[in-house]
Amino acid sequence: MTAARKSRSSGNWWTVYGGPLLLSVLSIAGLLTALLSEGAGRYFSWIAVGAPVAITAWFFARRKRA
Amino acid sequence: MVHTWSSLISTLFLLLLCITGLPLIFHHEIDELLGYDPKPEIVQPGAVKRSIDEIARTALANDPGRVLQYILWDKDEPNNVIAFTNNKVDGDPDAATLRAYDAHTAKPLGSVGGGPMLIFLKLHVDMFAGQPGKLFLGAMGFLFLVAIISGVVLYWPFTRRLSFGTLRDKSRRIAWFDWHNLLGAVTIAWALVVGATGVINTLAEVMLSQWKATELADMVKPYAGKPPPVHLASLDRTLENARKTAPDMNVSFVAFPGTPFTSSHHFAVFMRGDTPLTSRLLKPVLLDGETGEVSDARDLPVYLKALLVSQPLHFGDYGGMPLKIIWALLDIMTIVVICSGLYLWIVKRRKHRSHAIAGQPLLQPSE
Repeated sequence: MTAARKSRSSGNWWTVYGGPLLLSVLSIAGLLTALLSEGAGRYFSWIAVGAPVAITAWFFARRKRA
Repeated sequence: MVHTWSSLISTLFLLLLCITGLPLIFHHEIDELLGYDPKPEIVQPGAVKRSIDEIARTALANDPGRVLQYILWDKDEPNNVIAFTNNKVDGDPDAATLRAYDAHTAKPLGSVGGGPMLIFLKLHVDMFAGQPGKLFLGAMGFLFLVAIISGVVLYWPFTRRLSFGTLRDKSRRIAWFDWHNLLGAVTIAWALVVGATGVINTLAEVMLSQWKATELADMVKPYAGKPPPVHLASLDRTLENARKTAPDMNVSFVAFPGTPFTSSHHFAVFMRGDTPLTSRLLKPVLLDGETGEVSDARDLPVYLKALLVSQPLHFGDYGGMPLKIIWALLDIMTIVVICSGLYLWIVKRRKHRSHAIAGQPLLQPSE
């Protein structure tokens, strides 16, 4: 396996769930902002709801090939 | 086990929902393109809006032998008046005809909806199987929620040794495993919200029946035993009275006596506010069908408010075109999660079979 990417530690709560949790909080905030506000709130909602797409593209761009 | 079975049972239907849902995100744009979303003519300077009674007469003349069920005002197209006619006031919703009329000239502008998007919509909502089909898809949606939550639980043993966002291409199976984990993890919140609001939407009829049996029944108690109205009141007078009751709101739609949204004695005028949130929170005003006088007005109960607020969160139509595009991308990501999950299950089964004795499960939780 790609040892460089694999932590030898047994893993901890934050490294496993931290990323998904932050994205979840951001997504929910974005979904609600678009519902509750017009104008500037929309721009935030696009960034927040679109964050999962952006971060996936980023991981794809910097993936290591075997 | 929970993750495998909740996903497997619902896989086919979730794929149907995701695939039909994709064009439905752009329902409005596609209808516009195909001519199922008639536009009002350019308003002549000094033109005044026609009376709603006149538009109602035009609508009935256009569809002889039918009755009016609803008249609706699109929030984004204030110069259109949309009339629903059907063979009877409580006729089958699928038999309804929707036509747009120009608010200033009362001219018919064409039918609303229909076309290929209606097929996608029916497949998405009830698979052409009516209320049972709708509730069945609701149950599949519920399994989707179970699959997501059990996936979150499984995420720990499967990825605790990997850093977030790891994408390996060591083998096809490992590549799809990583994509399943990454796409599943980043879409948790969105998929839960769209899934849960979709499930809530499948209960719309149940909630409406509940409202009619309790709150509406209570509001129309004074009319118990009276025959239904013979001559309907003027719509313009009825709408005017409704506006006076809720002066800071606009009319969303009016339901004719006997239709599913009201009693057999009353017009129900549903009022809306003008912010993204309050435009969803309708307030019904009940008016006597013969006199057009207000008989009662109450806010909707919490469960119907929850239904109305949950709709935009399911449709993704409340934050402009960029939000719709993001919605579509997240939908495609969900399709990949579903397909990769199915692929991983098939591969695992095949491995189990062919290596029944010496075989080692290839993807297993790291200790």
